[in-house]
Amino acid sequence: MTTVTSSTDVSKPLHGAEAVQAVRRRFSTPMASFFAVLIGLLWTIPTLGLFINSFRSKEDAATTGWWMFFVHPTFSLDGYHQVLTGSGGMLMPLVNSLAITIPATIIPIFIASMAGYAIAWLPFRGRDVVFFGIFALQVVPLQMALVPLQQYYVHGLRVAGVTILPSPHINGTLAQIWLSHTMFSLPLAVFLLHNFIAQLPTSVMEAARIDGASHLRIFRSIVLPLSMPAIASFSIFQFLWVWNDLLVAKVFGGSDPAMQPVTARMQNLVGNYGAHQELLAPAGFLTIVVPVIVFLALQRYFVRGLLAGSVKG
Amino acid sequence: MSALHLALASNVAGQAATTLLGVVEAVGGFVAILFIVFYVAGRATGRLQKPIALIICLGPALLLVAIGLVIPAITTIINSFTNQQFLGQQKFKYIGLKNYVYAFTDPATQQTILRTVLWLLIVPAVSVGAGLLVALLVDRMKHPSGPKTMVFLPTAISFVGAAVIWNYVYNYKDPSLPQTGLLSQVVMAFGWRNPPNWMLTSPLNTFLMMVILIWIQAGFAMVVLGAALKAIPEEVIESARMDGASGWRLFRTIQVPMIRGTIVVVLTTVMITTLKVFDIVFTMTNGNFSTDILARRMFSDMFVTSQVGRGSALAVILFIAVIPLVFYNVRVLRREREIR
Repeated sequence: MTTVTSSTDVSKPLHGAEAVQAVRRRFSTPMASFFAVLIGLLWTIPTLGLFINSFRSKEDAATTGWWMFFVHPTFSLDGYHQVLTGSGGMLMPLVNSLAITIPATIIPIFIASMAGYAIAWLPFRGRDVVFFGIFALQVVPLQMALVPLQQYYVHGLRVAGVTILPSPHINGTLAQIWLSHTMFSLPLAVFLLHNFIAQLPTSVMEAARIDGASHLRIFRSIVLPLSMPAIASFSIFQFLWVWNDLLVAKVFGGSDPAMQPVTARMQNLVGNYGAHQELLAPAGFLTIVVPVIVFLALQRYFVRGLLAGSVKG
Repeated sequence: MSALHLALASNVAGQAATTLLGVVEAVGGFVAILFIVFYVAGRATGRLQKPIALIICLGPALLLVAIGLVIPAITTIINSFTNQQFLGQQKFKYIGLKNYVYAFTDPATQQTILRTVLWLLIVPAVSVGAGLLVALLVDRMKHPSGPKTMVFLPTAISFVGAAVIWNYVYNYKDPSLPQTGLLSQVVMAFGWRNPPNWMLTSPLNTFLMMVILIWIQAGFAMVVLGAALKAIPEEVIESARMDGASGWRLFRTIQVPMIRGTIVVVLTTVMITTLKVFDIVFTMTNGNFSTDILARRMFSDMFVTSQVGRGSALAVILFIAVIPLVFYNVRVLRREREIR
């Protein structure tokens, strides 16, 4: 966008970010570039090691360091083959991770944007209290919720022996993980989406009201489409969070390997020292490749969400 | 391919299909229910329209937040005053502050808390330092995206994935054999003949695991601090340069003071993450070899060794430690918004 404006308004003097960039460009030093690239490489070397080891032959990876690849390179896809087709392998965990992450990203989007819309555009008594209440819940660490929540899934919600809410009977299913992630994501999601939805132009909302659109109609056909940038930011946040999560998966996923996501499977593999050592590299690479691709493709939205100010957990 | 192999493959494929079908059903069902509710409720007009819309829009979020966070948090606080050992135990006693006394007097737990404080002091400071350094460097580059992405990339990697990656850095092999761990190889090249088994050597192992978290968090610090540096008005920088400030002086007297608020926010955010991360220690050493931290201990108290009461007390301690950080964070953020 910046390039478009700067090329159309050549006559105008530069302003704001562009001007800063122009100034900085003049002061750019080769030394700075050199050190930045050096640090960048340093940061990449560990990941590169995993990547290289993932397609070296079993014997080589076990007996020599990955850097020996540059001395005498060997290629072998055996590790990947084994990890993808073996019974205790990564194929089902990959599927499970997808199966956990997609609903756990989509469901909170709807629930949080509905709540954000209600708080922003349906004035009611005590809405400030509701908004700050939800926002303040970001303080509650996940760890505080785990035991009681699991108890709720198994026994329902009971106070002094009286059942207030029955158990949802989703114990031991993926739904339990979806629901947990949805609950834990809401404070951040409502906060981010509300802040965006509240800034939608009043004129559009009023025009729709005058045309006789109901509140729910406005939400569906105006708020939701216009909020796409904020939804994109939140989705990538939530996608990475859920995909990379180990704690919720371990607690609510149970120990059934058929239901484990990649993170839990990977943690098991690392824990079995020696047992499947040769599978670590390909399995590890498969664990990180999906979030890395998503991240690289949508980095822009991710940064925007990051800068909107968020504390997650 | 053998018959067994084929059977196994088709079995996995069937399982995968079932799982994914379940996902499509769940998401489709969820959206369908929303549509139906919206359609039915949309018929309502007049005075009832707004209350109904309000309940439909706000109700689910409030209900989920209550079940998932508010009630559990209160329950955990109550649990922390009991001698409850496992989930759903019927008979247990209220034992007052005994769990808290235990947390602060039991030598092993004391060590764990002290170690957590060490993590809290080192990881955020070094992450912010590294992030700031890279942000300043790339700020002066013509094409900053390459190194920026390289440093930022670990943000997308799970803590478990990071543990696997760093496994190939910290791996130990007898010095007489060819090395598979990068760290051993490097220090041996510098003449250290007998490097230790990194992950088993305390307190070194704790610091080496901190490096992993710093590796992940520095990118976050870089991005947020980089944005703050860019937001400094050009006039300020330019006039400082006119006055002869450059390099270190410009950085120390102009840039750092102007982004102080953001630095604090990043510091506290990384602190909160550091407090809660259990995956790295859990995966690398499972808390053995004097590496345990609060978040991992809590997990094993709650779900492995059946000490729900004690684990809950640790969770409450963590909660109390996080509160001031978050509120400080929010205050700084709000003040900055007001200034803008």
